Amino acid sequence: MSSVVTAIERVKSPPTSRIISTTLMAARLGRQYFVDLVFLNTTRLFAFLVLALLLGILISLFISSLPSMRAFGFGFLTSTAWDPVQERFGALVPIFGTLVTSFIALLIGIPVSFGIALFLTELSPIWLKRPIGIAIELLAGIPSIIYGMWGLFVFAPIFADYVQPWLIKYLGSLAIIGPLFSGVPQGIGMLTAGIILAIMVIPFIASVMRDVFELVPPMLKESAYGLGATTWEVVWNVVLPYTRVGVVGGILLGLGRALGETMAVTFVIGNAHQVYTSLLAPGNSIASTLANEFTEAVGDLYTSALIELGLLLFLITVIVLALAKLLLLQLAKKEGAQT
Amino acid sequence: MRAKHICAAMALAGAAIISVSAVAVEITGAGATFPYPIYAKWAEAYKGKTGNELNYQSIGSGGGIKQIQNKTVDFGASDMPLKPDDLDKNGLMQFPTVIGGAVPVVNLKGIKPGEIRLSGAVLANIYLGKIKKWNDPAIAALNSNVSLPDQDITVVHRSDGSGTTFIWSNYLSKVSPEWKDKVGEGTSIGWPTGVGGKGNEGVASYVLRLNGSIGYVEYAYALQNKMAYCLVQNHDGRFVAPNIDTFKAAAAGADWNRAPGMYLILTDQPGANAWPISGATFILVYKSQDKPTQAKEVLKFFEWAYANGDKLAEELDYVPLPNSVVALIQSSWKNQIKDSSGNPVWP
Repeated sequence: MSSVVTAIERVKSPPTSRIISTTLMAARLGRQYFVDLVFLNTTRLFAFLVLALLLGILISLFISSLPSMRAFGFGFLTSTAWDPVQERFGALVPIFGTLVTSFIALLIGIPVSFGIALFLTELSPIWLKRPIGIAIELLAGIPSIIYGMWGLFVFAPIFADYVQPWLIKYLGSLAIIGPLFSGVPQGIGMLTAGIILAIMVIPFIASVMRDVFELVPPMLKESAYGLGATTWEVVWNVVLPYTRVGVVGGILLGLGRALGETMAVTFVIGNAHQVYTSLLAPGNSIASTLANEFTEAVGDLYTSALIELGLLLFLITVIVLALAKLLLLQLAKKEGAQT
Repeated sequence: MRAKHICAAMALAGAAIISVSAVAVEITGAGATFPYPIYAKWAEAYKGKTGNELNYQSIGSGGGIKQIQNKTVDFGASDMPLKPDDLDKNGLMQFPTVIGGAVPVVNLKGIKPGEIRLSGAVLANIYLGKIKKWNDPAIAALNSNVSLPDQDITVVHRSDGSGTTFIWSNYLSKVSPEWKDKVGEGTSIGWPTGVGGKGNEGVASYVLRLNGSIGYVEYAYALQNKMAYCLVQNHDGRFVAPNIDTFKAAAAGADWNRAPGMYLILTDQPGANAWPISGATFILVYKSQDKPTQAKEVLKFFEWAYANGDKLAEELDYVPLPNSVVALIQSSWKNQIKDSSGNPVWP
């Protein structure tokens, strides 16, 4: 409203009022500048808050894990001991379990998510896109404890009765991978935890993949189709290279969830502080150990060892993220060399 | 005239506020999760009687000990009694409230509750991974009338820190020198073998799930889920079943008088009828009280619970303490808990 008034003023006014209107404008500009400044600083504050939180958590984890670092040194990383009574702790079993279960989760999760995203963006009839898309989003919204309970009470029994005996019979006798599938069918263990994690990460990876696949300009795809490419060739040679960064981002999101998942894993991993070669045997993960033992951990060294485990999980996540970024950079470099 | 009225009204209101705050006391406690259901039940009934509130947070025994050390609560609660040295160091005293215990449960085809008999030594060897099969001669010798299968034993234990694990491992340490040497006792321990379930329900579901498994759960849990419990040989050599009478017998047979700081774990206690794997859950309070009125309210709550709470406890399958033990606890309150000028806080 006021801008209209000044515009009218400007048109018909003598020089004096023009001067007034410029000072008015200057004042308004000044005010706007001030608002901008406040806005900028507020948003910057929020952004820096994240940094401060991250740093604060890192520092407090580090300080609290000092007693354990002093007591065990780097041996903490390679020791399989976990004896709260004698206060001897080592992180190898939980680290191993965390990495193995996350690896299984991605091994199953990536192809399945890729298939889902591919079907939804390239192959699905339009009426089916929405229901499947919504189903994936709903799957992502289920709390992890539900997955854990379902895994323990429903999935594990079926797995033990029908799938594991089959695995033991046919894969257990093979040469190299045989030892991975030996033992008794208990239903719980590393493999079960990996599969439950896969179910949990699929919605994340699939929905990111679908979203980035949809961003590929139709012209690129249609050109490839026009040259006689099959759907697979289009996806492999056009869609994937175009969306590489997004796809890796989606996988990382899934991996992040798999590494840090607590409740669901605790229910089905078997919580044994031992390293077994068989994937059917119980194991332990970092997050699961923390969830199980933190409440009743008595004694400074015990608590400190648990916190050091948390710090290690943090570092593992950082390392994995950094490696993925490196991979992307490497790929980008190669791309330049090829063309 | 009018001012006078207002003054009178204000005085009345003030008196009302003071008297209200004198009536509705709130005491706070934190700690063990195992006794939480009964403390909550007692608190509800106690509030109905007196209007006083108990705010109990079940954050785990470790948390309870930390909270009372930081004096953020009026009392702490722990499933594992503190050693007399630790009590003295912190100026704390402890007393038991209710009895619980661990019960070994099995899953074997055709085996009903109470059909398998086990001794402490056999249990220890199973949990050490030394007895691997159900038809092991050591088990067969105790169960001549049961046909035991040639099946692997799957050991199930708690994965989370727990008072039940403490009682269990304390018992195994008492009956097996090798267990004491290699594993020891604690709310969480380094298990030589087996799979870990989270909470009683986790252990129970593993045991119900895995054929040929053995696990241990809290007594109330075994009872409510009608699990196949085992008879265990007690200190006097008899095989007893877990029930309220055998738990009470364990508490009654124990020599509380000669336990400094009431540091007494009711495992492997003498008594023909005593269940060997029992234990009490404990309350921690300061001996020297800065807030004697608050401390008195805490003790009054437990005094009421000992006198009137037995039925509620038994409804929830907790075992109340025998009267002889309660008398002993109350005399220790009188002797040990003092205000800053050295007068007893209770009664």
